[in-house]
Amino acid sequence: MEDLLEILEDLHPDIDFETHEALIDQQVLDSFDIVTLIAEIDSVFDVTIPAEEIIPENFNSAKALYKLIERLSDY
Amino acid sequence: MFFTSYSFIIFLSIIFLLYYLIPKRLQWPLLLIASYIFYGFAGIKYFTYIVLTTISTYIVGLKIGNLYKEESKYLKENKGILSRVELKEYRTTSKSIRWKWLLFCMLLNFGILGVTKYTNFTISNINFILAKLGSGRQLGFLDIALPMGISFYTFKSMGYIIDVYRGKYEPERNIFKFALFVSFFPQIIQGPISRFDDLSETLFKEHNFDIKNFNDGMIRILWGFFKKLVIADRILVGVNTIIRNPDTYQGAFVFIGMLFYAYQLYADFTGGIDITIGISQVLGIKIKENFDRPYFSKNIAEYWRRWHITMGTWFKDYLFYPISVYKPMLNFSKYARRTFGDSIGKRLPVYISSIIVWFTTGIWHGASWNFIMWGLTNCFVILVSQELTPFYNWFHSKFNVKDKFLFRSFQVVRTILLMSAIRLFDCYRDVPMTFRMFGSMFTNFNVSDLFNGSLLNLGLSFADYIVLLIGLVILTTVSLIQRKGSVRDRLYKKPAILRYSVYYVLIVSIIVFGAYGVGYDSSQFIYNQF
Amino acid sequence: MTKKRIITFVSFICVLLASLFLLQKLFMPKYVHGIVEGSLIEEYYTEEEKNHDIIFIGDCEVYENFSPITLWENYGITSYIRGSAQQLIWQSYYLLEETLKYETPKVAVFNVLAMMYDEPQKEAYNRMTLDGMKMSSSKINSIKASMMEDESIIDYFIPLFRYHSRWSELENDDFKYLFKKENLFHNGYYMRADVKPVTSIPKGKKLPDYRFGENAYDYLDRMVELCKSKGIELVLIKAPSLYPYWYDEWDEQMVEYAKKHDLLYINFLNHIDEIGLNFEEDTYDAGLHLNVYGAEKLADYFGRILVKKFDLEDKRNDEKLKKIWDSKIEFYNEMKEKQLKEIEEYGYIKSLAPNPGQ
Repeated sequence: MEDLLEILEDLHPDIDFETHEALIDQQVLDSFDIVTLIAEIDSVFDVTIPAEEIIPENFNSAKALYKLIERLSDY
Repeated sequence: MFFTSYSFIIFLSIIFLLYYLIPKRLQWPLLLIASYIFYGFAGIKYFTYIVLTTISTYIVGLKIGNLYKEESKYLKENKGILSRVELKEYRTTSKSIRWKWLLFCMLLNFGILGVTKYTNFTISNINFILAKLGSGRQLGFLDIALPMGISFYTFKSMGYIIDVYRGKYEPERNIFKFALFVSFFPQIIQGPISRFDDLSETLFKEHNFDIKNFNDGMIRILWGFFKKLVIADRILVGVNTIIRNPDTYQGAFVFIGMLFYAYQLYADFTGGIDITIGISQVLGIKIKENFDRPYFSKNIAEYWRRWHITMGTWFKDYLFYPISVYKPMLNFSKYARRTFGDSIGKRLPVYISSIIVWFTTGIWHGASWNFIMWGLTNCFVILVSQELTPFYNWFHSKFNVKDKFLFRSFQVVRTILLMSAIRLFDCYRDVPMTFRMFGSMFTNFNVSDLFNGSLLNLGLSFADYIVLLIGLVILTTVSLIQRKGSVRDRLYKKPAILRYSVYYVLIVSIIVFGAYGVGYDSSQFIYNQF
Repeated sequence: MTKKRIITFVSFICVLLASLFLLQKLFMPKYVHGIVEGSLIEEYYTEEEKNHDIIFIGDCEVYENFSPITLWENYGITSYIRGSAQQLIWQSYYLLEETLKYETPKVAVFNVLAMMYDEPQKEAYNRMTLDGMKMSSSKINSIKASMMEDESIIDYFIPLFRYHSRWSELENDDFKYLFKKENLFHNGYYMRADVKPVTSIPKGKKLPDYRFGENAYDYLDRMVELCKSKGIELVLIKAPSLYPYWYDEWDEQMVEYAKKHDLLYINFLNHIDEIGLNFEEDTYDAGLHLNVYGAEKLADYFGRILVKKFDLEDKRNDEKLKKIWDSKIEFYNEMKEKQLKEIEEYGYIKSLAPNPGQ
């Protein structure tokens, strides 16, 4: 989780990612951010997020995103 | 059958009437029949294409859906029994079978789109190269007609099949329902590109007549007609005069032309979508919005999130993300970071995906280099402003202008001008001509052109300009009110007399001020011979 | 609540339709100045005694070349011209069919110049013939036969859709004659008192094919049938207008057709001297059309033939008719005087000019 927050804060230093719950809905993250994020996650966690998982529910908060990473690394 | 033709209005009235008179379970079959009749008006010969797309997507959808179901069942049953490696292996094999089916379906359908839309463009490029190589041989063009709405229904169907592949929802089992999804007449010509899960929620339902829906839908339709007939089709004459006579109209006229075109395109496209959504609403069917007051965007990226939204999200979900997160692309990104350093390595995947997406978006709009250039220019501007983000942030904080009205207005105007300039590719005959005309705005701009009466020689009379100006005021006002929520909801709460006045004004102004029918030209009546 | 809703809705529809109707009236061209020919067709309906000995149908070669007043004054024959600009033969046919619903004349006269057209020509001329007609099956059939490819029948049923764009060019006339127009013609005759002599007579260009079209012949056949079934004598004429050129090859076909169907056919071009026409004085546009002097001479000549051939009764002693025609003659003479005065004062007929100084 720490690693993830670090990646996120790198993208937008001004956002408090621990509490934000609508990163997509409020357009904090745009498509460029998401792609950069996925590339970072790929290199840090060795988890590839497939295109079909790129839906608002998975990216709206750091918590949701972390859950997704856990779920995907499960396989 | 155009939306603005008499036959369409008659057709529509009959559908509306029947829709609420027949038993409700026949409502969606009626729409299917209506959609096929509507399609038939464009030419019987095109049926083959849309039927082929419908059937192939339907069958492959079922197939993939079943595979997905089996797969999930197997995984569930064997969880804990088989090892993780074995499960993963099973998943990979099973996924690759699904993928093969998906690939087959996409190759077939994008193939049809490609052949009908791009064959002659490809031939003309080959001919160009042949000529450059000094070869006397030239290929002949093929006589392929572009089936009506093929870009839209292909994208709708392919979105569906990809979603089924991804397991987002189950495939539709009723082929007639699926056929209706593909051919639904209000959106076949110009979208929006609906998603199956969105549209099917209301498309196949039984609908009771609802006075509010009817009211809102009708007003939306009239509003669409107003934009299209009173504004877009009127200014069209002026736009055409300018862009078809590039030798005469340069400099200031190019500038005027590009603003006219921005106005025309907005009125035409959003008007058409208003009609589409309005018709659906009268039928009780909900369609996702395609525009969100795009001309109030503060930058191009935002503009593209607010203009032709369903197309933008289609490309994002089914092209941009898949290529960006494609494993080889991610590996390439890692490699690039090691080789070129973090900052370049991070950007490369985004840049490559963006360029591919915008190239495709360009060529999707039309088979020509103009559109390709148009797409790539959009891409260029978006990437440049992405790069300039730190500078903008610095500027905003330094001068504390971010939320100031004046600065926002400046951003809005800048975006409109930039978009309009990029759209010049869409106007002129070829790419070099576009550059020449764009250049003439800087080298040959005579302010006097705007005031010496030449504007009255563009095919627009003084009265036309007045109408266009009033139209602009109305459109802007409505957009500004929209910020605070639906205009129609607010209107619905007002007294009936006000609502009816809006109806009245809309209907009368469409009929009187609409640019339709045989233009009455008294010179036609000059009694010369008999 | 629902009742109130329905009432609001119905009254809305009524108000809407009423205003659209008014707008339609407003936007329809009034044809009171300039191109007055557009008013010809509708003026027939204001005629109080629709009972004529002779009905003329055809294009400008009838409505500018024959004076019904002269026919009355000299022979006591009542006549009406249902002519309109570039009236095509199917339009003439349906116009005759419609006229026969109001009255049964003894003689119908058709000017055969229209035989040269086998298909619809121009939307603007269609409008001038069709818009003035009252709604009837004849009108609908005539519309169907006349429409150009890019026209829609709806534009004829609801002319507002056709003329809506006149909103920016409305004139005083459009408001002044919103509901009522004054009479402009004399039993369908369009009077011109000005003179413009013939200077040169253009020769006819060679045509690839002189045979009249099938469609034209078909309607001529139908016209013959129609008259026969009603016991009306059909007379074919070719008015003595020098242009458009009337080819000998065309004339031969008409002579032959008349012979075959036992009809009277007169080509007045062959009788210019007998009629007494002088193209220095008797035309207002250098030979295309006759002016009032020419029209009176031609009417006199034609009247003599008609009386002799069809044994028409002289009705000048009929008190009722006399009263009607006396007022017509008065209107006729007034207009002639007015035109002459205008010509003297301005050099042209000001009241017929496109933009009369109001």
